[in-house]
Amino acid sequence: MACAQRDVPDEATIVSEVDAIVDAHAGQDGAVIPVLQSIQERLGYVPREAIKRVGERMSISYSELAGVVSFYSYFTTVPRGRHTVRVCLGTACYVRGGKEVLQKFEESLGIEVGNTTEDRLFSLEVGRCFGACGLAPVVLVDDEVHQRVSPPKVRGLLDAYRDAADAESSAEAAGTGGGSESAGGRAGGADEPKEGSA
Amino acid sequence: MVDIRINDRPMKVSSDTTILEAARQAGITIPTLCHMEQRPPLGACRVCVVEVKHAPRLMAACATPVAEGMEIFTNTKRVRDGRRSVLELLLSEHNGDCRICVRSDDCELRKIAANLDITKVRYEGELPPARYDDSTPALRRDTEKCIKCRRCITMCTDVQGVGALAPQKRGYGTEIGPAFSLDLGDVACVQCGQCAAACPVGAIIETSHVEDVWHALEDPEKHVVVQTAPAIRAALGECFGYPPGTRVTGKMVAALRGMGFDAVFDTNFAADLTILEEGHELLERLKHALVPKETVGAAAGASQEGAAGGSAQGHGAGGGFNPRGGGGPGGNGSPTGGGDGHGGGSSERDGHGGHNGDGGHGPGPLPLITSCSPGWIKHAELFFPDLLPNLSTCKSPQQMFGALAKTYYAQNAEVDPANMVVVSAMPCTAKKFEAARPEMRSSGYQDVDYVITTRELGRMITSSGLSFDELEDDTTDSPLGQSSGAADIFANTGGVMEAALRTVWEVVTGSELPGENLHFQPAQGLTGVKEAEATIAGTKPEFSFLEGVTVRIAVAHGLGNASKLLSEVRRDPSRYHFIEIMACPGGCIGGGGQPRPTTDEVREARIRGIYAEDEGKPLRKSHENPDVAKLYSDYLERPLGPRSHELLHTHYERREV
Ligand code: SF4
Ligand code: SF4
Ligand code: SF4
Ligand code: FES
Ligand code: FES
Repeated sequence: MACAQRDVPDEATIVSEVDAIVDAHAGQDGAVIPVLQSIQERLGYVPREAIKRVGERMSISYSELAGVVSFYSYFTTVPRGRHTVRVCLGTACYVRGGKEVLQKFEESLGIEVGNTTEDRLFSLEVGRCFGACGLAPVVLVDDEVHQRVSPPKVRGLLDAYRDAADAESSAEAAGTGGGSESAGGRAGGADEPKEGSA
Repeated sequence: MVDIRINDRPMKVSSDTTILEAARQAGITIPTLCHMEQRPPLGACRVCVVEVKHAPRLMAACATPVAEGMEIFTNTKRVRDGRRSVLELLLSEHNGDCRICVRSDDCELRKIAANLDITKVRYEGELPPARYDDSTPALRRDTEKCIKCRRCITMCTDVQGVGALAPQKRGYGTEIGPAFSLDLGDVACVQCGQCAAACPVGAIIETSHVEDVWHALEDPEKHVVVQTAPAIRAALGECFGYPPGTRVTGKMVAALRGMGFDAVFDTNFAADLTILEEGHELLERLKHALVPKETVGAAAGASQEGAAGGSAQGHGAGGGFNPRGGGGPGGNGSPTGGGDGHGGGSSERDGHGGHNGDGGHGPGPLPLITSCSPGWIKHAELFFPDLLPNLSTCKSPQQMFGALAKTYYAQNAEVDPANMVVVSAMPCTAKKFEAARPEMRSSGYQDVDYVITTRELGRMITSSGLSFDELEDDTTDSPLGQSSGAADIFANTGGVMEAALRTVWEVVTGSELPGENLHFQPAQGLTGVKEAEATIAGTKPEFSFLEGVTVRIAVAHGLGNASKLLSEVRRDPSRYHFIEIMACPGGCIGGGGQPRPTTDEVREARIRGIYAEDEGKPLRKSHENPDVAKLYSDYLERPLGPRSHELLHTHYERREV
């Protein structure tokens, strides 16, 4: 799989990750955004518990931090889905209908930009120019490039990933499956439809 | 200085002036919404636009500094059209009905729209997500009315340092509120109401108790009494067009009687009482910190005033205290860890007032910090839990009053406290929160039933049909109505300190607090953190442990300032002996429930009114209040006595939200 999905970290993990990151930035002015960025990188998202912890450690209110996190589309407060869909809204893609494509994705996935579908299969994001303007509008799913995407193509594009996931999980159900789930911690990879055993 | 022209009129202004300030100096009004005095400009709302010659766009007057030769026009068609567009856009995204809006009288948005003669809105805006947030006792948020001016954020985050409200998301989706669109009750908010005082529209208001009060007044079974906070008598008049600072005490009493209250009392009475309790608490803590263990006993003979009887000593709150040498009391023993850690402490609980708080431990640590401001109390519980042992255990005057009304007064008046309703009129929204705290039921009932703000009282007087102007001055009832001038000044920053010093100084030395007309100037004024020291001389024998001691005090108002001061206390716990903190800028006269607007000019005017009230009183010191003396002799026995502890003192707890 192109993008391994991580398990949702438990609170103790979040706290220790955050503490390590905050400590690494100790004494720096304006470290808030770098700290949040590191959290996003380490955990794949910025959970609310992490925001609370950053607030305690750095004496910034929860609401202010939430404001920062919700201001930058780079941050997400929900765990990533198995696949990250990035719709380009760079100039070339925008003028060739990127916005409509994005709308169609939001509609088909039933989520807004920055969120993850309930089955945690897809996260939806926007990008600014992937350097493939000749192929506009461009959509990246993980690191696969989809070119000249138009709204009618969206459903089929998504279904291909859904089918692959279904095939995989039934294969696993048939086989022994499960192993990676109980490995705990950050066990990557396939998750059963029921998630969150961590 | 630079030369500029405004509307063709030449003027000289200093070069760090904004166009807005220059226009004001010239007597020209420019409408503003997001702008707040003494705060960096936001430039967010753009209702203040003006035309500057050669500038391609209209400029925001609040955010544009003047420059040499600048030619400014504040009243051209282009300016008017620009402002109208801004207003119409705001209105198009504002979902409110002025006919039934609590702000219809003092709404800034409505007023600017009227001034610009806007009678229709050409745009169809997208309405913000509607959420009605009634999650906290004191405040109501109505997100549909928010115009995103961010004034509440300036108050909550920059001034108060609480940060409950912040911009969330971005662009058109921006919301002003708690994290992730949560309710206020889900985040740390101290209920100070500074957001509500600053909001130009009806997006944040106090929870109304008006209907409840009318209901109680209507009920023949109920005996309804009212208390009025010190700070409202110099502000209530503003609801009826009087200038800020006008004293309307007599009219206020008359109005309350006219509204049908069975007795009209005064929180001031309880303020005097607070001084006696808290003054003695201070003396106890000083004694505990200053008198070396071995020599205690010697100083035991406390006078009737002297709460500092020789009891509390065996149990060291925080380990060694230094015998005082010469000048300052180097390290007054007990650092912040005070209240705990000496649980096993010693015994002499019922000597002469040895214990305070609920546990019967030794007196808490120094510095003693005042506790009459419930917004400050919640702030401490949230952000300075390590300093909770330093807080005075005294309840606020409002709650002392409530507890006595339903016990002492109820007995005297032969009223069943179950049928009694205690209403407070307060400058404060946090008092609504405080009255609802579960521990505030010393009488066996909720001690204070309803709290109305100054603004709510103003509306009630209006709707009762009384003509405020024409009311004859009236006076409060006995026995909870009389007060000294020291009680009045609880209304403003520095006032509790001054009131306490007037009494403590005299108790300790037998002579009056030196200082012109009993004032303690260093505590007065609007400086954020004030410090002073006073060296005590001429002590009575039982207070000889204070002879030559330099007592260091500090006063902070506004929670941002308080936090700065308290960080200093954390760093150096022995720096001060006594600290006054009020949550709101200026103290209660600048409370979250006061008439709008409250600016520094208004604060100063109200403070002048309060000091005039103080100076006009025949009695100026709390310990001279004869009704308080009677309360002690008939009922409470003595300051910090067992009954005081039961009714007048409380405890605090660490909290997350
Ligand atoms: S907030 Fe102002 S404009 Fe809005 S409904 Fe109330 S009075 Fe009208
Ligand atoms: S009441 Fe005070 S602490 Fe709470 S949101 Fe308003 S300004 Fe902030
Ligand atoms: S709640 Fe009031 S003060 Fe705060 S941004 Fe909205 S309109 Fe402005
Ligand atoms: S604008 Fe979309 S790839 Fe360049
Ligand atoms: S008052 Fe100047 S931009 Fe809001």
